[in-house]
Amino acid sequence: MDKNNTRSGIPKEKFEFADRDSTISEKKFNHKPIGYFRDAWNRFRKNKASIVAAIIILLIVLYALIVPFLGISEEMNLYYAKKGPRMTWLRAFGIADGGVDEAFNDLTYIKLLAIGAAAEDRDGTASVSFAEGQTSEYQPVLESQGYTAQALPGGRYKFTYQARVDSYLQLGFVNMQVTQSEYAKILEWQEESGLQVIYPLIDEKSGYFYSGAPEADKANYWYKTNQRGAPVSVNEETGQVTALSLSTDLRLEDNYLRDANGDPVYHTYTGGGDIHTAAYKVRVLYYNYYQYRTGSEPNYLLGTDSQGYDMALRLAKGIRLSLLVAVFVSVINFMIGGIYGAIEGYYGGLLDLIMERISDILSGVPFIVVATLFQIHLAQKLGPIPGMLFAFVVTGWIGTASRMRSQFYRFKNQEYVMAARTLGARDRRIILKHIFPNTLGTLITSIALVIPGVVFNESMLSFLGIVNLGTAETTSLGTLLSDASSIWTNYPHLMIIPAVVISLMMICFNLFGNGLRDAFNPSLRGVEE
Amino acid sequence: MIKYVIKRILLMLFVLFAITTICFMLIRILPREIPQDKVLQQAYRDRWEALGYDEPLMIQFGIYLKNIFTNFDFGTSWYVSPNTPAAEVLLDRLFPTILVNLYSLLLSVPLGLMFGVLAAVKKNKWQDHLISTMVIVFVSVPSYVYAFLVQYFLYFEWGLFPLNVYSLADAGGSWFTFKMFYSMVPAILSLSFGTIAGLCRFTRAELTETLTSEYMLLARTKGLTRWQATVRHALKNAMVPILPMILSGFVGILGGSLIIEQIFSIPGVGQLYIKAINLLDYDLFMMDTIFYTAIGLLSGIVIDLSYGFIDPRIRMGEK
Repeated sequence: MDKNNTRSGIPKEKFEFADRDSTISEKKFNHKPIGYFRDAWNRFRKNKASIVAAIIILLIVLYALIVPFLGISEEMNLYYAKKGPRMTWLRAFGIADGGVDEAFNDLTYIKLLAIGAAAEDRDGTASVSFAEGQTSEYQPVLESQGYTAQALPGGRYKFTYQARVDSYLQLGFVNMQVTQSEYAKILEWQEESGLQVIYPLIDEKSGYFYSGAPEADKANYWYKTNQRGAPVSVNEETGQVTALSLSTDLRLEDNYLRDANGDPVYHTYTGGGDIHTAAYKVRVLYYNYYQYRTGSEPNYLLGTDSQGYDMALRLAKGIRLSLLVAVFVSVINFMIGGIYGAIEGYYGGLLDLIMERISDILSGVPFIVVATLFQIHLAQKLGPIPGMLFAFVVTGWIGTASRMRSQFYRFKNQEYVMAARTLGARDRRIILKHIFPNTLGTLITSIALVIPGVVFNESMLSFLGIVNLGTAETTSLGTLLSDASSIWTNYPHLMIIPAVVISLMMICFNLFGNGLRDAFNPSLRGVEE
Repeated sequence: MIKYVIKRILLMLFVLFAITTICFMLIRILPREIPQDKVLQQAYRDRWEALGYDEPLMIQFGIYLKNIFTNFDFGTSWYVSPNTPAAEVLLDRLFPTILVNLYSLLLSVPLGLMFGVLAAVKKNKWQDHLISTMVIVFVSVPSYVYAFLVQYFLYFEWGLFPLNVYSLADAGGSWFTFKMFYSMVPAILSLSFGTIAGLCRFTRAELTETLTSEYMLLARTKGLTRWQATVRHALKNAMVPILPMILSGFVGILGGSLIIEQIFSIPGVGQLYIKAINLLDYDLFMMDTIFYTAIGLLSGIVIDLSYGFIDPRIRMGEK
């Protein structure tokens, strides 16, 4: 209506033909034609969630590719297993300080605080007081969070101390066997670096040694204790023993092993070998021993895993394995499923019927059973990974095949196929050149959606212990989770890190796959399979 | 109609038979685990010989089938619970699985439908965006992650629920006590998140399709309110594909979830399966295989057949 009015309002002579002389029918388009993939890309680009998902996937892949080449030690360190994240340069900001919140009774709390005093006391003279030890950099307590006292019958109290402790320093001292040559090397390193590794041994036969301590903790009871592990003071002359309690002016009496001159003993010969292989028993401050071994303070950005490997590295390896398996499986499925579905759909009839029954049977076997059978049969000969790959491939292609088949049914009677056939094109040409390109979108989408399924199933199989992928070199996300599953309540980072990564991967791959499907096949938008 | 049903069931039996045959062969050729104990070793050897485990494979299969059809005997559990018929062991374990999954389904079906309907009705509004985002997250995140989250919060942080499902004795000797239900809550919750999200997504997709169809326009033109039209027409039509999915979910509760049963130590079928593999109890493994296969096939059939019952317009078996 409006249009007519304005037109009628303008005098007729003002109108003229725009292109009277030129003919636009012969003109070439001056923009490029938009092909199938270009069109899909244009649509995909508008889907913000999918773009974000694709970027996250890219970052995860980059992480998995780059981290193994950063020179992170692949060594397994049993002493530093299950520890939290710790980065020296991040400690200043209060994050990644290796800290855990723990509760202690008064005896274990004294032991913990005494590590600092013992570490500062380099020559074994017990010259460093308990209070001075608190300021030592080897003192594990990062933050004392107060204590609670619970009244016990008989007028005594049970104290519980809450503290945030550096789990790396908490290990304190460790008794070790080293060879004589290594002992010499450590002494040399001590000279160079000015850090002390070897500390006086403890006199285990003095009668004031806490023999009931856990094996890993024995080297930390360097002071005189009674049989309960409580620090005591011994009067040299009368032999009278008085129990000490936690206070600011606490003075612990050392229980170092001493020779005839009264000097502390740093090593004892425990037997064996010549000058290079003779074994020495020594007591080392593990934190410094670690520096001697690796050349740096313990730096684990994501902590260590349940076996003592660097979590950041294990995670990268896990992601790499999971993704490799997923990509490999989806490519194989793409090929088998594509060919199988194409033959079924194109030829139809009896052939289709028979092939459908075969895939019926295969798809009827529960995946978990297939995976178990392949593991039992093949894992011994080929290793667990090929066994698992076979299991994925045996049943995985069926979905792709049936999608392919329905696509072929849809396209094979279209006019352009008939035209091609009339012109004498062979079956192979029709399948590959005429129908296949039309089904490509569906196929790519189904591949993208296979990946999260494989990642999930892989993690499930390793989690349930059906597949065991954890070795010194390889691990998978599911293995990390499965290792953590029984102990994660004490070490949450063991569970949280792989769980977050695997969830992120699943979400992103699903979003990405959905985006691809919408892009390739806009008519299917919002329809779920 | 009846012809089609019979055809489908026969086909299912054929597939089941084929799978049983393949799995039987693959499992029987495995070397049998021999007990450490000398006396037991001899006893088992004798028993296996009597049961024909040393015969050629085909004859073994014949014996196996004969036993199934004549005695309903699926072999014997040798290690998980020694010298008990495999079928009996499985049936004992069936109940906890069914119970946990049934509870979970009873929780998730109404919630899933509700959120799905809400998202579809409020399409492209903030409610829809919120629900759709949550759905993507909850569908993707693996179920064991929920299990850990649930354990962490409900047990460690807040101390509301026990870590594992109580044993029968702890819960007062019955599966139906409140105490038993209470200890199952974490497992039920962890199972439900994924199911709710899946159902919600499906419902939303189906309902948005029916909401835009022409009969809705007619219904509104007739003077029905939006609510009436949605409930009476759109929802009813959307239920045609949704209901079979729910029904097959009910068949699926027999199978249960391996991971959830493992994490919450539910003494169910899934845990039995893992135990049977770990102890190399092959007869039981075979029994479990048949069981899982049958359930998978059954739920497929239920989906197919229920379409016809729910919506008479769908003529079954027609090309």
